[in-house]
Amino acid sequence: MTLQMVPYMLTFLLLVAGLYAIVAKRNLVKVIVGILILDYAANLLLVLTGYRTPPAGQAPVAPILTGGAAQAQELAATAVDPIPQALVLTSIVIGLSVAALVVALAVRLYEKYGTFDTELMRNLKG
Amino acid sequence: MDPILILLLAMLGFMLIGSLIAIETRDLLSSVICVGAVGFGTSLVFLLLGAPDLAITQVVVEILVLVVLVRVVITRRDETHATSRSTLPVGVVLLALGVMAAVVFGALAGGPEEGALRLRPFGDPLMSAEVPAAQLAPAGRPDLAPAGTCSASVGGAFLEQGLAQSEASRGTGAANYVMGVLLDYRAYDTLGEATVIFVAVIGAYAVLRKVGRSRHAGNESDR
Repeated sequence: MTLQMVPYMLTFLLLVAGLYAIVAKRNLVKVIVGILILDYAANLLLVLTGYRTPPAGQAPVAPILTGGAAQAQELAATAVDPIPQALVLTSIVIGLSVAALVVALAVRLYEKYGTFDTELMRNLKG
Repeated sequence: MDPILILLLAMLGFMLIGSLIAIETRDLLSSVICVGAVGFGTSLVFLLLGAPDLAITQVVVEILVLVVLVRVVITRRDETHATSRSTLPVGVVLLALGVMAAVVFGALAGGPEEGALRLRPFGDPLMSAEVPAAQLAPAGRPDLAPAGTCSASVGGAFLEQGLAQSEASRGTGAANYVMGVLLDYRAYDTLGEATVIFVAVIGAYAVLRKVGRSRHAGNESDR
């Protein structure tokens, strides 16, 4: 286990924390919190795989041309991977939609049962 | 040691602690605010990893989620969680999740040296690996292969040719390569994303609307 794998490991721990909240918590708000954390961790893992260490002493290079077409060759050799970023950008917005829908369901359940606790919603017990 | 790696590890540790507090705290409002801190931490990490577009989007999304969640939590009193225990024994859940995470991470990080699923070390993306360009030739037409080597990932090829607008390269000409992918190569994907947003909005409206429920007024259990 080298130091280079530690960011992945921490992100995995974040993912497991989100899964834990989804599986083990009774409160619907906690479950929503778990879904959000899982979402962040998955996005982060994808972006981490596309990171490229910049040349020594420089900041990471975003895949954006700032110096005109003459800079393109230099960018191709140093910039981070644009593909995971493009996919994660979609994923973030979809995560927002999922969160909005889940919050709406939780609010409706609260209206009906007067609690966020899934154990107290007798009619929901399977 | 790379200062960016140190900063990244510090931010990831902050996010991990924030998420643990968010999951375990008794007060729902504190929980929601902690998850907001985790979200803004994510945004900072994106900025650190050279993804400014993602950082901006994450901040906007985070503010929206935080406002909605605080609005939901702050007006609804729910004291039951203070005394309730978890549905499943915490030890069992943690053991199962720990085994799962260890197996998945072990399979990703400790796989064969040239495996398709192998997680490459941080800072060394698949993009920087070079393969013989002959591998990319269409089936049965090795004579069409370009000479030399090329990047093993489509990201590398895109960075090399994405700007050029000629018959051969099929570049987009966009200076921001992420947006080039999103709005040109994957435009249908972005259209589908907009569809998902609107479907979610319609779904949330259908769940929360007051009009239309009165039809079932006689059926109290349905309210």
